[in-house]
Amino acid sequence: MKPIIHTHDAIVVGAGGSGLMAALYASRGADVAVVSKLYPTRSHTGAAQGGVSAALGNNEEDRWEWHAYDTVKGSDYLADQDAVDVLCKEAIDAVVELEHMGLPFDRFPNGKISQRRFGGHTNNDTGKPVMRACHAADRTGHMILQTLYQQCIKNKVNFYDEFQVVDLIRVDDTIRGIVAVEIANGQFHIFHGKAVIFATGGWGRCWEVTSNAHSLTGDGAALCLRRGIPLEDMEFFQFHPTGIFKLGILITEGVRGEGGVLINSEGERFMEKYAPSIKDLASRDVVSRAIFLETKAGRGINGQNYVHLDVTPDTVNHYFKQDGYTDRHIDKEYIEAKLPDIADFTKTYLGVDPTEEPMPIQPTAHYGMGGIPTNVDGEVLLDNDTVIKGMYAAGECACVSVHGANRLGTNSLVDLVVFGRRSGMKVADYCKDAELLPLPDGAADEIMAEFERIRNNNGTVKHHDIRKEMQSTMTENVGVFRIQENMDSAVVDMAALKKKYRDEMAVDDKGSLFNTDILEAWELGCLLDIAEVTAVSAANRKESRGGHARDDFPERDDENWLKHTMCYLQEDGTLHIDYKPVVIGRYEPKPRVY
Amino acid sequence: MKASLRVKRYNPEGGGKPHWGEYTLDGVSQNDSVLDLLHRIKWEQDGSLTLRRSCAHGVCGSDAMRINGANALACKTLVARLGSGDSVKIQVEPILGLPVVKDLVVDMEPFMEHYRSVMPFFINDESVPTDGRERHQTIEDREKFDDTTKCILCAACTTSCPSFWANGKYVGPAAIVQAHRFIFDSRDKGAEERLNIVNEQFGVWRCRTAFNCTNACPREIEVTKAIAEVKMAITSGIV
Repeated sequence: MKPIIHTHDAIVVGAGGSGLMAALYASRGADVAVVSKLYPTRSHTGAAQGGVSAALGNNEEDRWEWHAYDTVKGSDYLADQDAVDVLCKEAIDAVVELEHMGLPFDRFPNGKISQRRFGGHTNNDTGKPVMRACHAADRTGHMILQTLYQQCIKNKVNFYDEFQVVDLIRVDDTIRGIVAVEIANGQFHIFHGKAVIFATGGWGRCWEVTSNAHSLTGDGAALCLRRGIPLEDMEFFQFHPTGIFKLGILITEGVRGEGGVLINSEGERFMEKYAPSIKDLASRDVVSRAIFLETKAGRGINGQNYVHLDVTPDTVNHYFKQDGYTDRHIDKEYIEAKLPDIADFTKTYLGVDPTEEPMPIQPTAHYGMGGIPTNVDGEVLLDNDTVIKGMYAAGECACVSVHGANRLGTNSLVDLVVFGRRSGMKVADYCKDAELLPLPDGAADEIMAEFERIRNNNGTVKHHDIRKEMQSTMTENVGVFRIQENMDSAVVDMAALKKKYRDEMAVDDKGSLFNTDILEAWELGCLLDIAEVTAVSAANRKESRGGHARDDFPERDDENWLKHTMCYLQEDGTLHIDYKPVVIGRYEPKPRVY
Repeated sequence: MKASLRVKRYNPEGGGKPHWGEYTLDGVSQNDSVLDLLHRIKWEQDGSLTLRRSCAHGVCGSDAMRINGANALACKTLVARLGSGDSVKIQVEPILGLPVVKDLVVDMEPFMEHYRSVMPFFINDESVPTDGRERHQTIEDREKFDDTTKCILCAACTTSCPSFWANGKYVGPAAIVQAHRFIFDSRDKGAEERLNIVNEQFGVWRCRTAFNCTNACPREIEVTKAIAEVKMAITSGIV
């Protein structure tokens, strides 16, 4: 069957927050198609809960420069500070624009957008947590996703729903389009365009316990890698401190923003030891490590590897008093109004009412700080400086880098609206003058052959078993704490698993219609590539910084390692590591204390 | 415990007919979700079993299906809710009223078409505040449409509705919920137009208040109440 060819000025891949934002803006000056393996409203932006930060100062003094400093400090000084300035300055306008698009933010009594406290966001003068996270109850991501999709419908953006991207068409230093599979019938399609924007999200499914959807398999990042584009800072993957025990389902940091505290088996609020100033609202990497250390020291609940997140009014009010917040007091109704979805999750999956009992939580694989290298306009870089013509990326799959070694809570939503918008604008502008370069012959041949190979491979191993092994070795060896020996063994494991994937894997479903068996197998190939890059990048970095914490190199080493990792897949199949300097601005690196 | 599942299978490729697939799983826990069990069948026994799913915790809306005769999200339905003791029997079918593509996957397009027909987007062409900041809204005005902002378009409500089964041209509860979300938003200026749309022959008056939709909603939206509020707004002309 021959591929069907479609031509549009710009092709957006992925319909989460960054993809839809990019599509909205690009469609103001260009003919845009959005290609997504899910119906847009199924995208994982919809799972984001607590808020989107912007220094609106609706209830107390705040400045975008404070947001920028907090972001740089949170990043453990690895973020590029010019990009962080763009992020935090434009966040204000972007959030206001979302409101103008109809996003139903919660409100303060004065009618302005309601804001709450969140981890690592502070008043820089006092060092105290600041109310910066704009929210719609605890479903802020859901409302962003819905609002942007609604606006895309209003603006008649073209959607190709349930079309899965499987290849990127590169000729020399230009991108000419993508190849996608129409999931419903297995038909291959070529989307030919002047510009491609990848907004394909993350790869949390490399690990066992994750907050990420099953669909987060790193497809976009893996395709870039395979087409010669490096991946930046892949060793930095965030483990969110509060996932539901065993399930990994996210419990928003907003719970702690509203006053919730972490408690160990001795009834101790242990974050006082690790972050004396802002305690439970320290950066995520700091809190995840604290939980890990507490459980390792035998202070997990029932001796197991979890602790309690307590947001019951009595506990919260007790600690408000202790922390000197004389004007703060919460009750059951307040929690139910501010955190309704959390209450629903814990009641459904744990039988726990969070207003009456503490929640069992453990760190959960959550967010890739690294990804496809871009500049602040979303243009993808082939090396430290060279832009590859016609290729853009935004959102979690991209690395601008604004998150450095550890992302602050709420900044993923800020990232996707700010850089989704910037890449959309840049693409609209680019498409005005750029010419449509011809497609190479047989642009879909290679990937169609790979699908045939997967379909007909004469093996005995199920992709699920390979996936489980990968997740197990990544959890064991490239998790919250790391040592050389373990990371090296993960690298070896990945090579073996990739061989097994090629030689021994078989699928049951040989048909064309809605064949999720083959698609899951293909996605596993992406995960394996990403897991290998992550393990290799991690094993190479001989320091601890942000989300990359090593027992054998416990300190940050600015002299040798204040630089971005750039990992390239070479033609012989091996990975090569190079580096890129970090852009330092107003904030010189200094020790990070919370 | 042991779980026995009957799953409606259908693959039209090669002329297959709808039939029941029977599966047995051991070592099932009360805390497993139906999605966990379907994954075990797909990953351990038969990779051709086909379903949609993504987030696996009830926020993306991919895996609405008919479980033991009632619409629900597979990822939010725990075994504990379906039975106890040593064994549990679970029957899983695709949601009703939409064409089946394969196994548990239905064609969502008719549903999405109804959704798009109610102008499900914010309308306000008046100029934004001159200070470049947000429009204001009182907490009370925001509360009026809070419930209907929770909709995830999973289609559990619409495909549980007898009126929709009887005539697929009925816009259905989900589309009315979406209309409600904007009609009752004090900032929105498109209420009149939307009320005219849902006042049409295949609009709100097809609702016979069976309450199936309210029971089916995995987000616990009071769907029937929202529909009633839209009916009231049409008859009274007051929003």
